[in-house]
Amino acid sequence: MSAIQLLWSLGLVIGGPPLLLGVIHKTKAILTGRIGAPVLQPYYDLWKLLQKGAVYSRTTSWVFRAGPLVSLAAFLTAALFVPLAAPSTLLSFWGDVVLWAYLVGVARFITVLAALDTGSSFEGMGASREVTFASLAEPALLVALAVIAKVTGSVQLSEMFGPVLGSAWRTAGPALALAAASLFLVLLAENARMPVDDPTTHLELTMIHEVMVLDHGGPDFAFILYGSALKLFLFGVLLVRLLMPVHIGVPWMDLSMLITGLLGLAVVIGVVESSMARLRLIRVPQLLVTSGVLAAVGLLLVWR
Amino acid sequence: MTLFLSALTILGVSAGCAALAGRNQRWVTIWGVGGAVIGCFLGLMPAIHALTTGALPPFRAAWQVPYGEFFLVLDPLSAFFLLPIFGVSALAAIYGSEYLKPFSTHRSLGPISAWLNILIASMALVVAARNAVLFLVAWEVMSLASFFLVTFEDEREDVREAGWTYLVATHLGTAFLFVFFTLLGRHAGSMDFDQLTAISAASPTLAVVLFLLALVGFGTKAGFMPLHVWLPEAHPAAPSHVSAVMSGVMIKLGIYGILRTLTFLGPPPAWWGLTLLMIGVTSGVLGVAFALAQHDLKRLLAYHSVENIGIIALGMGIGLLGQSAGQPVMSWLGFSGALLHVLNHSLFKGLLFLGAGSVLHATGTRELDRLGGLFKAMPWTGTAFLVGATAICGLPPLNGFISEWLIYVGGFHGFLAFTTRSGMWLGLGIAALALIGGLAAACFAKAFGTVFLGSPREAQAHSVHEAGPAMLIPMMGLAGSCLAIGLWPHGVVQFIMPAISSITGASLPVDAAGIASTLAGLRLVSATAALLLCITLALVVLRRLLLKTRPINQAFTWGCGYAAPTAQMQYTASSFAQPLGRLFQSVLRTQSHEQAPAGYFPDSAHRTSHTPDVATTYLFLPLFARIKRGLEALRWLQQGRVQLYLLYIFLTLVVLLVWKLGV
Repeated sequence: MSAIQLLWSLGLVIGGPPLLLGVIHKTKAILTGRIGAPVLQPYYDLWKLLQKGAVYSRTTSWVFRAGPLVSLAAFLTAALFVPLAAPSTLLSFWGDVVLWAYLVGVARFITVLAALDTGSSFEGMGASREVTFASLAEPALLVALAVIAKVTGSVQLSEMFGPVLGSAWRTAGPALALAAASLFLVLLAENARMPVDDPTTHLELTMIHEVMVLDHGGPDFAFILYGSALKLFLFGVLLVRLLMPVHIGVPWMDLSMLITGLLGLAVVIGVVESSMARLRLIRVPQLLVTSGVLAAVGLLLVWR
Repeated sequence: MTLFLSALTILGVSAGCAALAGRNQRWVTIWGVGGAVIGCFLGLMPAIHALTTGALPPFRAAWQVPYGEFFLVLDPLSAFFLLPIFGVSALAAIYGSEYLKPFSTHRSLGPISAWLNILIASMALVVAARNAVLFLVAWEVMSLASFFLVTFEDEREDVREAGWTYLVATHLGTAFLFVFFTLLGRHAGSMDFDQLTAISAASPTLAVVLFLLALVGFGTKAGFMPLHVWLPEAHPAAPSHVSAVMSGVMIKLGIYGILRTLTFLGPPPAWWGLTLLMIGVTSGVLGVAFALAQHDLKRLLAYHSVENIGIIALGMGIGLLGQSAGQPVMSWLGFSGALLHVLNHSLFKGLLFLGAGSVLHATGTRELDRLGGLFKAMPWTGTAFLVGATAICGLPPLNGFISEWLIYVGGFHGFLAFTTRSGMWLGLGIAALALIGGLAAACFAKAFGTVFLGSPREAQAHSVHEAGPAMLIPMMGLAGSCLAIGLWPHGVVQFIMPAISSITGASLPVDAAGIASTLAGLRLVSATAALLLCITLALVVLRRLLLKTRPINQAFTWGCGYAAPTAQMQYTASSFAQPLGRLFQSVLRTQSHEQAPAGYFPDSAHRTSHTPDVATTYLFLPLFARIKRGLEALRWLQQGRVQLYLLYIFLTLVVLLVWKLGV
């Protein structure tokens, strides 16, 4: 990877994530007939939050303060494995896909603990729901990744989502389509998006992610918002790479294709969010099991 | 070998002296704990030596027991198991010296100290023994010593009950081992292990029978589902440092037994691997599901041992599948993951039980729903417990992740290489491992969250206090080892490499390139772990800079405008686990009793729930009841008259005489 490419991808991974949120918000606004906030609003929000002081609950310990930092650090580390500029990544080895999935797990674990540290019943409830749904999303994610691994013959993210996929779509298209559908459901669940969680309302008893971070403010909350945008970005990159496996070979063209794909994905998420209501919480496990079943059917298909 | 023998002697002698010292607490501590520490230290040296240089010269001494011989060998596999035996036990003994102090007012501490040292010595003897009779003797001493340790507080009814359950289970397991070793001895014409090789080539049927017997006999000790029933009873009943030794170390000897058996049996058929894989999936998923339903901290930890034994079995299954399919790298990955998880589990489970012990010591209760907010009063215990909890969930940058990663990668390796149906099963294994990981994280968020975080749910009966240095130092040592293995995995894997190749090397060529690429991967895992820590530190600095000139205030937890929150309003462990419990209701069969509030001015309402073990309730209790009914038909034999019993003896002798002479 050349130095220019490295700078490009670093810039994209650091600067890009909030834009996705902005596009989602704008799409929702347009579909509901509003003008909506500017596309760059998430950046203004982050900037404003970074200017603020902090208020901590007397109940909390250092675990609460570690929550936003450790989870953001885990996402930043996970970003190094995701194939941004062409197929190559900064860090890559045989089996890194497991490490990637578990880094996301680290972020979730510390966020849940930070929520429990406040002693608030609302946050406890959010934490309980988060771990429930995550433990169902995790197998679905790994089975979907296993389908891709089987098709591409690799368990290395840069190879799994690399140029091999293009020819793999021709031989194992249906299986990859099922894996992509499964990944999309996992993406919605993991990133607290609509049919699972409603990211726009705080303080309602029906929330998962938003209620867990209720007591954070100032720079801590900025880290959390940025971290969750980054998480959406990372899952999005994998999905876009899976669905648009074309490699031209010219770095800037590949990169702009990725960006186009991500923006398209953000619009799709916006459409899903505007056209669907949040599921009843007892229906969410069914959705996640469906996602697992889709991936498992994909597995059966590649297994000749 | 001299060092090893002197370690055993010191442990034995100090046990005797501690027992004799009886009520004099100072002497008990000096003899018991001192002996344990010195003995373990002496024992660790030959273990490390054998791991680095290969097997030490064997030790043989004649013995007057029939078929027996005092035959010891320290090969890399034995030496590997000696690491947790001596390492974790010594730390537990130090911890015990302070933990047991409150008991010294009303009972003698000599026996428990003595039994602990005997337990350590017998465990060491089990892994070093190379003669079946010696092995069984050591195995029985180990079981009995741990029985007396479990029943330390024998004035309590539940402890006695747990002790009996353990005794029955362990002896049923040993019964299978007797048959196992008798068959082995008959086949080889000797009870010495070095006479036993490649049985499956000579006699495939016998190998199958032996494999199944070993699976039941050793599996009972290891705690495979559904043979695990003694575990959730015995671990909570025992004093915490004993639970740490039993759960961290002793149940691993079941794993040792199976691994040692595999070295005799020769090339395995694929279904052995699949069997272990299925045992692993069942024990892993059900173990963690039952853990989620528990309200008792130590019982929860006990079920997590079932889960982790499942993960180890999964690794062994992958290893065996690789062996039978001629995939050296897959086999190596599976067995190295299983072995490393043995070591890792002994570290973090030992740590968690010691942490639970400190909580019990400080508050007097193990009930999750009565604890809370202990982090403020016990910051060090809390931090150590958090390290253990993160490690057991298999999250980077701690050691649990490393062994799970090896097992995952081994599974993926076979999954990509196989075209047969066993590849599908490996896919199931990978999905199960992911499910186990997710559920374990849920369970430890619940355990750590309800015990240490938030605010206290009840005014504690005792004044809560941080554990003393003799309890904290062992916990810190274990937490440090968890972090060290997580940050330096390639070094540790290289260190235990001889033990791994002693299992895999027998029937497969070594694939040096495959192993080298795994080690290179582990180096990058450790680099990533270091990077994670560095980025976190950088963010800490960044936040400090941002907040430097701005106000930092303290306030109440935001309760959506509600101004008078109480600790009672926090989420409890039960409510936290409720959604997951409902998903698993068909296996858990949680029973709840409730009296709902009724009327306009309800005066009383309550709700209790209880999750009995599914194997006990639906398998063993009905089975034992049926056996009892069947045997009742024979009751007329026992009349209570001595003359009649003499007649039975006489008749038996006549029958035997006729049988032997009459032909």
